[in-house]
Amino acid sequence: MADKNLLPRLDRLTRITAPQPLFSRPRPLSGLLAPQRFMGLLGLALFIGALVLPFITASPYIISILTSAFIYVMIAMGLNVVVGYAGLLDLGYIAFVAVGAYTSGILSTTLGFTMLETIPFVVLACILAGIVIGGPTLRLRSDYLAIVTLGFGEIIRITATNLSITGGASGIHGIPTWSFFGWSFADGADLFGIHFNAKILFYFFVVIVALGLATVGAARLANGKLGRAWKSVRDDEDASEAMGINGYTAKLSAYIIGAVWGGVAGSLLATHLSAISPPSFEFLYSALILMAVVLGGMGSTPGVIIGALFVSLAPELLREFSEWRYLLFGVLLVVVMIFRPAGLWPANFVLPFLKRRPAAEPVSTTNIPWAQQAKEEAEAEQEEIERMSAVTSTVPDSIPDAVAGVNAISDNPADQEENR
Amino acid sequence: MTEFFSDQLFQLIWNGLFVGSFYALVALGYSMVYGIIKLLNFAHGDIYMLGSFIAFVILGGAVGLFGVASLPILLIVLLITMLLTGAFGVLIEKVAYRPLRSSPRLAVLITAVGVSFTIEYGVRQIFGADPQVFPFRLSGEAFNFLGARISTPQIVLMVIAGLLMWVLQSYIMRSREGRAMRAIALDPRASLLMGVNVDRVISRTFFIGSALAGAAGVMAGTYYGSIDFLMGFTIGLKAFTAAVIGGIGNMQGAMLGGLVLGLLESFGTFALGGEWRDVFTFGCLILFLSIRPTGILGSRVVERM
Amino acid sequence: MTDTVAPATATARGELLLRVSGLAVQFGGIRAVDGLSFDVHEGEIVSVIGPNGAGKTSAFNCITGFYRPTGGTVHFGGDDITRIRPSTITKRGMSRTFQNLRLFRDMSVLDNVKTAMHSRLRENVFDQLLHTPRYKRAEAQCTQDARGWLDFVGFRGDEELFVTQLPYGEQRRVEIARALATQPRLLLLDEPGAGLNHQEKAELMALIRRIRDLGVGIVLIEHDMGLVMEVSERIVVLNFGKEIADGSPAEIKANPAVIEAYLGAEEDE
Repeated sequence: MADKNLLPRLDRLTRITAPQPLFSRPRPLSGLLAPQRFMGLLGLALFIGALVLPFITASPYIISILTSAFIYVMIAMGLNVVVGYAGLLDLGYIAFVAVGAYTSGILSTTLGFTMLETIPFVVLACILAGIVIGGPTLRLRSDYLAIVTLGFGEIIRITATNLSITGGASGIHGIPTWSFFGWSFADGADLFGIHFNAKILFYFFVVIVALGLATVGAARLANGKLGRAWKSVRDDEDASEAMGINGYTAKLSAYIIGAVWGGVAGSLLATHLSAISPPSFEFLYSALILMAVVLGGMGSTPGVIIGALFVSLAPELLREFSEWRYLLFGVLLVVVMIFRPAGLWPANFVLPFLKRRPAAEPVSTTNIPWAQQAKEEAEAEQEEIERMSAVTSTVPDSIPDAVAGVNAISDNPADQEENR
Repeated sequence: MTEFFSDQLFQLIWNGLFVGSFYALVALGYSMVYGIIKLLNFAHGDIYMLGSFIAFVILGGAVGLFGVASLPILLIVLLITMLLTGAFGVLIEKVAYRPLRSSPRLAVLITAVGVSFTIEYGVRQIFGADPQVFPFRLSGEAFNFLGARISTPQIVLMVIAGLLMWVLQSYIMRSREGRAMRAIALDPRASLLMGVNVDRVISRTFFIGSALAGAAGVMAGTYYGSIDFLMGFTIGLKAFTAAVIGGIGNMQGAMLGGLVLGLLESFGTFALGGEWRDVFTFGCLILFLSIRPTGILGSRVVERM
Repeated sequence: MTDTVAPATATARGELLLRVSGLAVQFGGIRAVDGLSFDVHEGEIVSVIGPNGAGKTSAFNCITGFYRPTGGTVHFGGDDITRIRPSTITKRGMSRTFQNLRLFRDMSVLDNVKTAMHSRLRENVFDQLLHTPRYKRAEAQCTQDARGWLDFVGFRGDEELFVTQLPYGEQRRVEIARALATQPRLLLLDEPGAGLNHQEKAELMALIRRIRDLGVGIVLIEHDMGLVMEVSERIVVLNFGKEIADGSPAEIKANPAVIEAYLGAEEDE
């Protein structure tokens, strides 16, 4: 048996450090047509476009549908973190929107909080809800998780229907609009000679700003340490563990971030609708958000924006089609999964007119001392093999079928159960 | 306490067993499909709904033709419906799931959600969103047994459910095809090598599972009298719960799980009130998955199906 | 079968890193690994060989925490790591590659390697959201280190490509770079030579030696006997889950039990 004293304490041993890169890398692409810069500028242009829109048309109808569409995009951004980056199918995502909406609604109508003041509580409530829901279920296999989240979505909705604090089946009415430091949007305002009512002010100062922050925030998280951990868990959970990433905490963090995004969007939704009730949080809406993410492209920011705008604006743009849209969405979901699983705008899609990186210059192996040595060794060995080819005595590396069968069972029991 | 026993206990048990036999029928299909291809078929509850609507159409025609429907006609309709929903299940598998058999699990799950949506809103486009009145309802005397009110329709339906499960059980255990199913559930690759036609067995599994769900849908229609396009959603979720409680992939487990869930729900409703019934059920699901994800029979029964 | 640990300290280059004693794992009725014991020191290359189904990969999975052994212990440094989560084991300095390439398919080469630096990357959620100077510094360092490892393993492709766009040999290299980027004290390579051509195998051998020269202990599962004999300092032979030999390449070549295990009853190839 191992004698503990024989073995050195690990922290006494030094760890290897990364060597310096041997070659310089090609400079990153520059100019307007460099993909990253171009997409950033495009996003900025769209953001400014949305900002100046109220100056062009202040039609309450357009502002109203755009407000709900943008809130929808925000919700989809949150679900994208969970489904697109972390690969967790959440079929009850609307529950987090409900938690956010109800938290805001209750605090503002019963305790007189302004909407801005409710936001920290919304974030807190959603973190809590994420932990409560994700904690026990994220250890489960992915398909169990899907159906458990579905159940959780129903639990939240039914609970909201049954409790009196949430207003029961009729919900909460009279949720106020936003106000900053005593100035309420309800008063309206005149800017540059145009009168802005509460709806426009809310759109202008809250929805667009929140959407911009949510989009940039989600994209930044996806590119950093957390995002890499999420994607690695999505791609291969075992390999991810082998890289020192705790799969459970990585998934839980994605779940909580997703919950917070959804909850804040829910709070905005409560303001926009000014009344919330349980039917607004049915499974149907969870499914619609999922469709937005999947149709647009899981893990793709532009894709999710396009998908969410499509799903939310379709009934407005095509009136006669609104009856059929759910059926169509269902069919589309199946068709997309079969023929274009990465969605309309896949995560790694680059617009064709943008600059591409020049093909990497093949580095001559002679530049690398050890590679040159290896090449020589290989050639020497090759000669030797040819010399000895008459006296073939390779060691067999496979064994009879019976044992191979045992191998299939014993070496990889995970294959039997878990492999998708 | 004595009053509870005399007045409530047997009623609760009876109600639980009755509802549980419905759950068991639907859970069987869920569990069989899962056992064979490890797919959670979200559309399964919607097949149940589809079954009740198919029977709604046929029975409507029959009532128009014969003036009145009777139990024998109902049984014939039940058989036709089972064939149709079974065929529909096979179709779903061929069109939607087969092309994705080697895709990541997430893609297949999302497809299943799409299929579920398609069925639900397809039915809504045809029959509308409002509940429909089922054209035939079983009626009969109710009598008291140990303090529980038991009605004839309940007994008829339970006998049908029991019969269906018995037929299925003997098919799986005795027939050649049943053996192939069990083989694939254990090891699809080896079964393929042994000459089992995997595609055909999967089709057959979908057929049987969907036929059972369709039968449950017809029975629900005749018992409750009202059907709508979303009626499959909750029962699908509950059937999954039942399958998990019994040990998913395990046939006896699915039946047992259905009955256990029915009983749990019956007592839970009694204790908490009807409005909390679904919360209680899904709470049970989460509890079971967290504590014993293999279910009651999951680990003990070596033979999985 | 050796129950006690072989007195291998004589050949040791550095301190004792890994001590596997009496390791056993059982699936249903099958004993995949049955009483495996060996030591690995800093800067030592130990190979685990054996016919298919001998339990090599199962042993790897037990050592790295993916399987729960049914018997025996694994000590890494002074710690018993027998029942510890794989990610924790990695953080303590043990890293591995997989028999079938298991790169993160939908990530770029560079991101694959950067992922391995997860646990040492000092950036919190707010750094990531706000792109603070600390975030930029950490990411720049992380990128530079990842490039260093890619160059170290001789990766010659485009680091911005998705791994699925790479030829097989390059993917193998990326996997080793990724394992190295966790900065391991001990590296377990599961059939790194599978599917490589001659030149690539020779380069692999050179690479394994260079990793060893960093002071990393290496455990190698490999079928290519040429490679094993050439590169290893010690070889452990498994058959049907049991350890049948442990010794230097020369000893193993001469060991009758080994020859029988390989060439025994049935002829193959």
